[in-house]
Amino acid sequence: MNVLIYLVPMALALGLTGLAAFMWSLRSGQYDDMDGAAVRMLSDDDLAPP
Amino acid sequence: MAEAVDLSMFVTRDAAGHAHMNLAVDGIGCANCIRKIENGLKQTPGIVEARVNFTDRRLSVDWHDGEVTAGEVIQALERIGYQAHPFQPARVESDEAQHARWLLKCLALAGFAAMNVMLLSVSVWSGNASDMTPETRDLFHWLSALIALPVAAYAGQPFFQSALRALRARQVNMDVPISIGVVLALGMSLVETATHAEHAYFDSAIMLLFFLLCGRYLDHAMQRKTRAVAGNLAALKAETAHRFDTGSEVVTVPAAALHPDDRLLVRPGERVPADGVIVSGSSEIDESLLTGETARRSIAPGAVVYAGSLNFSGALTMRVTAAGAGTLIDDVQRLLDKALSSKSHIVRLADRAAGYYAPVVHTAAALTALGWLVAGASLHDAIVTGIAVLIITCPCALALAIPAVQVVASGALFRSGVIINAGDAIERLAEVDTIVFDKTGTLTLPEPRVHNAALIEPELLESAARLALSSRHPLATALAREARQRTPFEGAVEQPGQGVRALIDGVEARLGSAAFCGIAEDAKTVENAGTSIIVYAHGGRSARFEIQQKLRPDAKAVMKSLATLGFDLQILSGDRPAAVDPIAKALGIWAWRGGLKPADKIAHVESLKQEGRRVLMVGDGLNDAPALAAAHVSLSPISAADITQAQADAVFLSERLVPVLEALIIARRARGLMLQNLWLAVVYNVIAVPIAMAGHVTPLIAAAAMSGSSILVTLNALRARRRAANRMPQASTPAVPIAAPRPA
Repeated sequence: MNVLIYLVPMALALGLTGLAAFMWSLRSGQYDDMDGAAVRMLSDDDLAPP
Repeated sequence: MAEAVDLSMFVTRDAAGHAHMNLAVDGIGCANCIRKIENGLKQTPGIVEARVNFTDRRLSVDWHDGEVTAGEVIQALERIGYQAHPFQPARVESDEAQHARWLLKCLALAGFAAMNVMLLSVSVWSGNASDMTPETRDLFHWLSALIALPVAAYAGQPFFQSALRALRARQVNMDVPISIGVVLALGMSLVETATHAEHAYFDSAIMLLFFLLCGRYLDHAMQRKTRAVAGNLAALKAETAHRFDTGSEVVTVPAAALHPDDRLLVRPGERVPADGVIVSGSSEIDESLLTGETARRSIAPGAVVYAGSLNFSGALTMRVTAAGAGTLIDDVQRLLDKALSSKSHIVRLADRAAGYYAPVVHTAAALTALGWLVAGASLHDAIVTGIAVLIITCPCALALAIPAVQVVASGALFRSGVIINAGDAIERLAEVDTIVFDKTGTLTLPEPRVHNAALIEPELLESAARLALSSRHPLATALAREARQRTPFEGAVEQPGQGVRALIDGVEARLGSAAFCGIAEDAKTVENAGTSIIVYAHGGRSARFEIQQKLRPDAKAVMKSLATLGFDLQILSGDRPAAVDPIAKALGIWAWRGGLKPADKIAHVESLKQEGRRVLMVGDGLNDAPALAAAHVSLSPISAADITQAQADAVFLSERLVPVLEALIIARRARGLMLQNLWLAVVYNVIAVPIAMAGHVTPLIAAAAMSGSSILVTLNALRARRRAANRMPQASTPAVPIAAPRPA
C-alpha cells in the first residue's frame, strides 16, 4: 500500500488544480455572459485575412 | 429631435478620465450582432471599449470623457442599426450578481470535495469487502474529514445562514433540518473516525450540499434572468420629459432625473412624465391608465395631473410637484400599505412542508435512539443509529422537490411571455379559483384602435394611415397602426389642433376633424364618450374612422377557455358602467361592476376573499394597484402603470391575453408536480426510515438513496417544461419580448 503515499497527494493536487482553474475563470468574469461565450467563438475577427 | 438630450444621470466617470454607460439594446439576436455593435462602436473616435453581454442583451461602453457624448454613442448605435436605451443598473441587480458568484463558488467547492471524498469512500467500501487494513481505512477517513470539514464550513453557509435567520424569527424552513442533518452527520463521522469505527458519512453530507447548491444556483439564475428582462423593459419604457432649463430652452431629460418645481413642456400625444400642476395651456387628457375611465378630462391652468396621463390636444406647461402629492396617489398608497400588511401571512409550500417534516423526522430520530437504549444497546450505538435516521431522511429530495419545479416552470412561463416577479407566484397562481379583470388596458388594448377598419376601402385606409404617420395626435397614432407601409408622405404638414395635410399624387389629402377636411358632420356618427372620429378626405373621396378601445384580439377565446376550466370570471372597472356593459356582454361575463374607485375595488376583492375564494387580479391601472396587492395573486400587462407593475406578482408581455391562460395552466401543472415530488420524497422516507431505524444503513446505502431520490425528483420536475399548447384556444405566437434574452 506504499503506492498511496504519492497517489493520494496526486489525486488531491489534480482536484485542487481543477478547483483553482475554476476559481480563476469565475474571477475573470467568464460566467457573466454564458450565452455570449457560446456565440462569440463563431466570430473569426481575430484571424488575419488570408 | 432638434433639442438637446441630457443623459448625464446615466454616465459614470472614473479618475482616469473615462466615462461609462450601460445600455439595453433592442434587437441583438445573433453572433453577428455582437461583432457589428462592438466593432462599429470601436471605430467611433473616442470610444475605448464596447462590450456586449449577449445573455442580458446589454451593452457597456467606455469612452474618453469630452471626446464623445452619451447622445453621440446612442446615435452611433442607431447608425449601425440598433435602438439603445441607457439605464442605471438597479442596486438589487449588482447585489444579486454578487450572490450568484458566491453560490457558484460554493457549488464549485462542494463539487470538488464531493468528487474527492467519493474517491476515498469508494475505496473504503470496496476495501471493506476485500482486504483493506483498518489503518488504511482510518487514513482515508481522516483525509475525507480534512477535505469535507472546511468545505462544508464554507459551502454550507447559504443553508446555515438561512436556517439561523429562520430560527431567529422563530420559524422553521427547509434549511433548518438540512443544517442539522449536515452538522450532525459531519460531527458523528468525526467522532467515529477518531474511534477507528468502520463507517463515516462525510460523502453523504458533502453530496447533499452539492445537490442542494445545484438547485439553489439554478433557482437564483432563473430569477436573475427574469429580473434582467424586466430591467431591460423598464429601460425601453423609460419616459423622457421636456424640461425648461434656464429661460425658454427645452432639454430632453429622463423622467427619473426630474425634481420638484421643474417646469416641463408636454406636447400633444405625449404622456405626462410626472405628477404636477398645470401652469399654462389647456387640453384634454386621457387618464385611462390611472383610473380606467376612457372619457377624456379637460384641464386648464391650476389643474392637477398625474404621471401616465396622455395629453390629447394642446401643448401644456406644468410644474412638477413632489411624488405622491396628488390625492389620487395618496389614496392608492394608503390602500396599498394596508393591503400589503395583510398579505405577509401566506406561507410558501416548501416552508409548510418543512414545518411538518422537521418535527416528525427529529422525533423519529430521538425515538430510534431511545428505542435502542431501552432494547439494551450501548449509548454510542443508540446515538449513531439515531443520527443515521437523520442522515437518511436529510431532506435532499424534499428540498429539491419545489425549487426544481420552480426553475423549470419559470422557464416555461418565460417562453410564454410571462415574467415572474415574486418567488412564490407559481404556487399561488395554481390555487386560484376566481379571476377579476380590470377593463381598460387589460381586457382592451392599452391604445385605442380603428374600430371600423373592415368597412373602409383598403386603399383609402392605407393612404389615410400613411398620412397619419406624420402626426403625433393620439387619434392619428391609432390610425397609423393600420398602415402597412411605414413611410410617411413627403411634405406632410401638421396644423396643431386641426389635422395634417399632404399632397398625394398631386391632390391634397387632409386628415383631422370634419371641419378641417371640409366635410359636414354626420349625425349618425357623432362622437360619444367611448368613440372618437377622425376624418380623411382625398380628392372627392372621404372616410370616417371610428377610434375606440378595442378588445385584445384573443380576449373572447381566452375568456371561454378560462370559463371552461371552471374559473369564476368578473370585471371590476373604474370606467362608466355604460362603457363596461358592451365589453362584458361581448365576453360573456355576467359579474361586472363599473365606476369603481380604488377603495371599491379593494373592498370587492376583500369580500371575495371573505367568501374563501382565491382571487387572481389582472389589472394595469394605477387604480388597480391596491386590489392587485390585496388579491391572492396578481398579473399585469407590461403596459401597466409603474406602481401597479411593481405590485404584480407577474407581468405578461404580449398584446394578447393568452399568457394569462397559459400562466394558469403552467402554474397548475407545476403545483401538481411539486406535490407529486413531495409525495415521492415522503415515499422514499417511508421506505428508508425503517431501514435506518433498524440500524442497517451503511454509508453506501445512504449515498445511493440520497442521489437516487434527488435525481428522481429532478427528472420529474423536468416535466413542467412542456408548454400549455395542447389546450390553447388558438396557436399563440411566442411572445418574445424586445431586448429579452433568448429563452434558453
